[in-house]
Amino acid sequence: MPAALTFHSTTAAFFAGMRTAWTSVFVIMLAGTYVGIGALAHDAGLSALWLTVSTVVVWAGPAQVILVSALGSGTTLVETALAVALSAMRLLPMVVALLPLLRRPGRGTRDLLLPTHFTSISMWVESLRLLPSLPREFRPAFCNGLSCGFMTTAITFGLVGYVLAAGLPTLLAGTLLFLTPLAILISTARNAEAMLDRLALGLGLVIGPVLVYFRIGLDIMWTGLIAGTVAYAIHRLRGARA
Amino acid sequence: MSGAGELSPYLVLILVGFLPNEIWRWLGLILGRGLNETSEIVLWSRAVATAILAGVIAKLILFPLGELAAIPLAVRVGAAGAGFVAFLAIRRSLLAGVLVGEAVLLLGGYLSAH
Repeated sequence: MPAALTFHSTTAAFFAGMRTAWTSVFVIMLAGTYVGIGALAHDAGLSALWLTVSTVVVWAGPAQVILVSALGSGTTLVETALAVALSAMRLLPMVVALLPLLRRPGRGTRDLLLPTHFTSISMWVESLRLLPSLPREFRPAFCNGLSCGFMTTAITFGLVGYVLAAGLPTLLAGTLLFLTPLAILISTARNAEAMLDRLALGLGLVIGPVLVYFRIGLDIMWTGLIAGTVAYAIHRLRGARA
Repeated sequence: MSGAGELSPYLVLILVGFLPNEIWRWLGLILGRGLNETSEIVLWSRAVATAILAGVIAKLILFPLGELAAIPLAVRVGAAGAGFVAFLAIRRSLLAGVLVGEAVLLLGGYLSAH
């Protein structure tokens, strides 16, 4: 474990989390994503304050893209809410998988409220990787620091995109959009040390495109349920035989 | 039916941005209460969440929206593959993987357009 990840107070744990966020490769991914969202918000006629508040309260890239685009076009409220809800389903299994790592004996759910709201792809991937090696008492503070580090990055680059706004060259804009799948792919692969995670990742990469190709509705949700369950079943069967 | 542009933008933010998004986090908090990290439901949730991320990755690369769609499919897939190989080859460095992947995309996109 890096020396920076030993600390003796919750405050130190919080700041270690922030530092970890700012030196993480997810900073590049968040910067790219939120420059794009900031430019969208500007073009949709929303204020810079609205953009910032939406990053704090929604804290989910895909949902924010849907929301900003809807406000800019004139999509109905119900349609927009449904699209946001569909894009956000991933958060449920992520929270279920994350919270046990943050629970401290004798403490209620109060510790878990902030991390629940902060749950996002960047924070989830880094928390699952780093929390198991930290002392339990410092995990919530570290996790909140990590999340605040990522969120301030997103807010900052959202404002950068808002100010720049002027259309980026197509190739450059495409390169920014490519940061998200590339960073998630590589970071998830890095985390996938257990056979279960590798199977889920590999199967999801194959099953996802097949479902999209055949225009199956809710393709992302079905990818998760099918590939995740098959991976889990194989993991159980292998475990039972061992 | 009112359009999303007619109400106060902050009201819209809460009603159709915050609530439909946050509800899944709250459900996770409620459903996951009392589970520990070795519980089978937590392991299964982790597999489902990982597979969802895989689905998101595949969809964004193979069926992209916006300007990324202007870059040919072969370049996108090649760039993702190059990034992944670079990650494995260069001391499992995330940064190396992302930089190589982006460089290949930029170069391939430039060459295919000229």
